[in-house]
Amino acid sequence: MRMPLLALLAKEPAHGYELKSQLEQVFGEAYPTPNIGQIYVTLQRLERDGLVRSQDVVQATRPNKRVYELTDAGREALVGWVDKATEGPRVRDEFFMKLALSHLAGTSDRLGLIIRQRRHYLAQMRSLSELAASADGRIPRLLIEGAMLHLQADLDWLQRCQEELV
Amino acid sequence: MIGNGDRLLLRTSNLTKTFASDRVTVAAVRGVDLALHRGEFAAITGPSGSGKSTLLHMLGGLERPSSGEIWLDGQRVDGLSQARWAVLRRRHIGFVFQFFNLVSNMTVADNVELAALMGGAGRKQARVRREELLGQLGLASKADTAPARLSGGEQQRVALARALANKPTLLLADEPTGNLDSAASKSVLRLLETTHADGQAILLVTHDSRVASAADRVISLFDGMVVDDAPMSAPRRPMPLPGVLRLRG
Repeated sequence: MRMPLLALLAKEPAHGYELKSQLEQVFGEAYPTPNIGQIYVTLQRLERDGLVRSQDVVQATRPNKRVYELTDAGREALVGWVDKATEGPRVRDEFFMKLALSHLAGTSDRLGLIIRQRRHYLAQMRSLSELAASADGRIPRLLIEGAMLHLQADLDWLQRCQEELV
Repeated sequence: MIGNGDRLLLRTSNLTKTFASDRVTVAAVRGVDLALHRGEFAAITGPSGSGKSTLLHMLGGLERPSSGEIWLDGQRVDGLSQARWAVLRRRHIGFVFQFFNLVSNMTVADNVELAALMGGAGRKQARVRREELLGQLGLASKADTAPARLSGGEQQRVALARALANKPTLLLADEPTGNLDSAASKSVLRLLETTHADGQAILLVTHDSRVASAADRVISLFDGMVVDDAPMSAPRRPMPLPGVLRLRG
């Protein structure tokens, strides 16, 4: 969450609600937008780390609002983030932990675990398909397409787990 | 066999298929009990070699079961002769394949019209049906084209039009998007969904879970047996998608 907020602030100073609605606008409804509380907590931490600074802007008819802007250190951190290659496929997978360790918990029904997980992934896939049908704009559509391809890979991998472990 | 009020359209009981050569026998399908209701859309998934295509081929009479029963529309069909199966397919079953299987030296229009004629329609009826289908599937402008001049996605849409030409009680589809890119897959899938929404019963084999998740039910096959038969109720509101879409950083 930190870096996307810095990126939005690189364009222009903004307050928390503006950042929240900009995130929604860019990524569409498939992206689970953080609630306003999470955004403010993140902004406070960014400020503590010297990556943003803030000031209260007095408003005539409403309560003051706190407007955040990027510091030089923030811009440097942002550029560093953008320029760095991103972490590849995850090796840590909670479902796989369950599958590998279930016998220690006394439940050795691996097929049952795989079937339940497959149903869950398929339901997610269906939700994503529905979102994709209504998604507007290239960025939201690509985000959903990426999620669907990851899910497809997860489902293929479930099948491999079934072949090897059941 | 038409006019059976039963909601059950297709049923199999302990269906098996064993392939035998000189040295080895391979059990491709091992005791499948399956039921499909009228208007239902079910997907069969599973790894390659799990028996899903063999199962579908038996249900369309393209492969003879080793044992077990197939009931279609209240009639037992597993023991039918090849000729009787051919009649059944022409009149009551639509088939879509991975590699389209269109007649290459006939136009798009004739491919579809021939299927309607063979399904028992009169000349005029067949032409009307062909025009109607090509219009619905967005192919009206391609009517006089040879199939080979169409893209894969367009060819599969023609194949779907042909499969629907006889107004089949059951549409069988074997990896219908298996040879298509993602945009063409999407358009074929959307047409299957529309057809289903109009009441068409569909049984579809796929390894693509994006396609499978569009069905009412997803049947998972493994080693020739059904390991799961999951209803796919559409959530009214999109379910939360933890982790899948979270941004890093």
